[in-house]
Amino acid sequence: MYRISIRIILLLIVLLCCRGHGYANRIRVCAQCQYTSVKAAIAAAGAHDTVFILKGIYRENDIPISKPVVILGEKGAVIDAENKEGIFLVAADSVTISGLTLNNIGRSHTKDLAGIKTLRVKEFLFENNTFNNPFFAFHIQKSKRGIIRNNVIHGNAINEFDSGNGIHMWHCSNIEVTDNKVDHMRDGIYFEFVKHSKVSGNVSRENIRYGLHFMFSNNDEYSHNLFEHNGAGVAVMFSKYIFMRYNTFRLNWGTASYGLLLKEIYDAEIKHNTFEGNTIGINADGSTRINVEENDFINNGWAVKFLGACYSNKFLRNNFIGNAFEIAYKGSLNSNIFDKNFWGEYTGYDLDKDDYGDVPYRPVKLFSYVVNKTPETIVLLRSLFVDIINFSEKVSPIFTPDALKDEHPRMKKMKW
Amino acid sequence: MLKILKYSFYDLMRSRWSYIYFAFYLLLGFVLFFLNNDISKAVITLLNVIIVLTPLIGTIFGVMYYYSSREFTELLLAQPLKRSTIFIGQYLGVSLSLSLSLVIGLGIPFVAYGVTRSSAIWDFTSLLITGSFLTFIFVALAYNIALSFNDKIKGFGFAILLWLFMAVVYDGVILLLMMNFRDYPLDKFALFSMMFNPIDLSRVLILLKLDISALLGYTGAVFQKFFGTSRGMLVSMLVLGLWVVLPVWRILRLSGKKDF
Amino acid sequence: MVIIKDLYKRFGSVKVLQGLDLTIDEPGIFAILGPNGSGKTTLIKSILGMVIPQKGDISIDGHHVLGQWDYRNKISYMPQIANFPQNLRVIELINMIKNLRQETRLDQPLIQMFGLTPFLDKRLGNLSGGTRQKVNIVLTFMFDSPLIILDEPTTGLDPVALIYLKQLIQQEKERGKTLLITTHIMNLVEEIADRVVFLLDGNIYFNGTVKALEEQTGQSNLERAIAEILKKEYEA
Repeated sequence: MYRISIRIILLLIVLLCCRGHGYANRIRVCAQCQYTSVKAAIAAAGAHDTVFILKGIYRENDIPISKPVVILGEKGAVIDAENKEGIFLVAADSVTISGLTLNNIGRSHTKDLAGIKTLRVKEFLFENNTFNNPFFAFHIQKSKRGIIRNNVIHGNAINEFDSGNGIHMWHCSNIEVTDNKVDHMRDGIYFEFVKHSKVSGNVSRENIRYGLHFMFSNNDEYSHNLFEHNGAGVAVMFSKYIFMRYNTFRLNWGTASYGLLLKEIYDAEIKHNTFEGNTIGINADGSTRINVEENDFINNGWAVKFLGACYSNKFLRNNFIGNAFEIAYKGSLNSNIFDKNFWGEYTGYDLDKDDYGDVPYRPVKLFSYVVNKTPETIVLLRSLFVDIINFSEKVSPIFTPDALKDEHPRMKKMKW
Repeated sequence: MLKILKYSFYDLMRSRWSYIYFAFYLLLGFVLFFLNNDISKAVITLLNVIIVLTPLIGTIFGVMYYYSSREFTELLLAQPLKRSTIFIGQYLGVSLSLSLSLVIGLGIPFVAYGVTRSSAIWDFTSLLITGSFLTFIFVALAYNIALSFNDKIKGFGFAILLWLFMAVVYDGVILLLMMNFRDYPLDKFALFSMMFNPIDLSRVLILLKLDISALLGYTGAVFQKFFGTSRGMLVSMLVLGLWVVLPVWRILRLSGKKDF
Repeated sequence: MVIIKDLYKRFGSVKVLQGLDLTIDEPGIFAILGPNGSGKTTLIKSILGMVIPQKGDISIDGHHVLGQWDYRNKISYMPQIANFPQNLRVIELINMIKNLRQETRLDQPLIQMFGLTPFLDKRLGNLSGGTRQKVNIVLTFMFDSPLIILDEPTTGLDPVALIYLKQLIQQEKERGKTLLITTHIMNLVEEIADRVVFLLDGNIYFNGTVKALEEQTGQSNLERAIAEILKKEYEA
């Protein structure tokens, strides 16, 4: 079976290479080769040729690609822009760039310099590349049907204003961003006006702003990603129909930090995610028709915080465990549903043994209400007095909204 | 002084109440682990128990020990001993035996469940340290009260009031003040008000350890500066130390002037 | 040996000692008498440093003792009510006091004398008042101190123990010690006291032998003599 498939692949390769204009050339680049510069080799290559870059350091920048070529790097092939300009400018469809290490992209306040930059192209594949100290690593504009896969991006961003994003997309559609690792950039992954795209299996850590940032992007999906120790977590803003599944939002601690920030979001789904150890698990600001189902909220400062007008959101079958505050809200909170969640602080009973508590649970504590009004009172967190007022509020609610309650609190933690 | 300390210590260690206190913590520790195997969660629950209970027990034991050993104290006073030796010895005896009940009582279940190998060891240790601090502080305050009132009932009454004030009323007053003046910058006030109550101070210290510092830092730059750095930890520890030193100094003064 | 000059002590507004002067410069047994509240215990406690006088001076063997502590090595004191730590055993208490002062072997014959051997391992909280008082006696007499102060030493003692106590007191006197005793038992005073110091209104009303007191008041025994003095007080 194995051999047969290899044969089929070989056959396919031969067929593909021989298609149209006879043999595709393979152009080698090295210190002793015919071509010693990547730029010259690409200029000399014909359409569908392969440029193979051998091990070595190439001090080059600003390399235009205007025809469909495959650029492959041998292990140890490094292109160093020496902080001058960007490296590849892709202006043709069907370009593949793979296996290269791209170092020291120049910084600029006027140009978006990037390791790989595209404009109006289709069907690209950028994989297995490593970026060290880039301004932007990928800067993808007005492009579609591309794959960015298995790249590693190490930035050293210090300030928001003079740093760039790891994977930056603007006005794109049908892009797959898969299995990349990004750290120490401004935003790990940035989407603006991007449609029908998928972000999965990425690890975005220690970026100074967001691990992932969505702006004005509709019908996208991100799943199985890990966002950890980012300045402000993940932000999804002004977008519709976003699906967020199986992601882990961890340890985004800080004064203005959250696992997930939602701002002006409609019709999104948040399912099977883990929010653990964030200052705020989900910070929802003006969000409507969001389904939050079967997520774990563990040891966050606030599990969920609502700001502004949030309507018709559903929180179903989530686990809330060990959060200092479970739900906090500011502003109006209308027709939001909490049902069948597990609340770690629920102290009710289940006499009819249906696994749901017999008395409803109110996740908004009086103290959480107080802290919202007067933030400094948070120094009294976990004091006996606060326990007492919370208890008395639980017994006879006066300040907290009567409607906000879970009628069927689960007795035990759920597993998915 | 060591001799007095030793005798007071043994005297207390053999009393029924020390056993009950010790057994309580032992049971608490095991029950917490039995209910949830998560050590860091157990630490949070313990925080709630310790910041309420150690001051209460410290106050009551302090007052009780002083009054019940009054004749014994008189016996000691007739011996060739300095007054400071006698009272500081007794004070240390009571504080140490209570702290030991706490540390060993909770220590056994924690060691049994393997906290020494977990990352919660530091949280747990700081919990025990602050618990011991609170014991030393409140036994000292109790001795101050007991030395000031010859009447046992009055002394007990004031001691309970002191605890109630520190554990509950103080926070209520601070909360009301903050809510009333919420239009003003409150962060400095909030910080300072924590310094004047050892229970609050200990609570904040442990919260810092439990990584809720960012949550506390949420409110503003002053908080962030204080809670975000080791300076906050240092200042808190220092003030906690002062909370031991000042009442002890007053014990020395009061006992030096008192007639028996 | 003990010189007290111009001693003043008041508790709140109650004036207890008002310029008391007392010199005890010879060995023997001194009974300190006086009506309730006359300042007997306050005087004793001032000597021991347990009560701190507002004014005045106390010196023992030529040393000023107010605010000092090591002079108490020379004093054995038997307090009025023998309440000891409940959880300590008798032997532990004895060893503890030895430990705090100095090693002594005198406790063994005393323990024998008062039949305390079976109680040595009992906790003090479980002892009867009389037995506790016996322990109190042992603790007091087991040191060889030049000054011995006994505050109501006979409380709760059975007749046999009382006889032994009197023996002990005589014995110490014969060794050339000074003993200060307060008591309400006048027979005891008549029996053993060399001198009587009678306190009234915070001052020394009389200081002399029993006989001298009887002569001064024209009464035939001490009890009557005391009553005579007090009668005047009540009438005044």
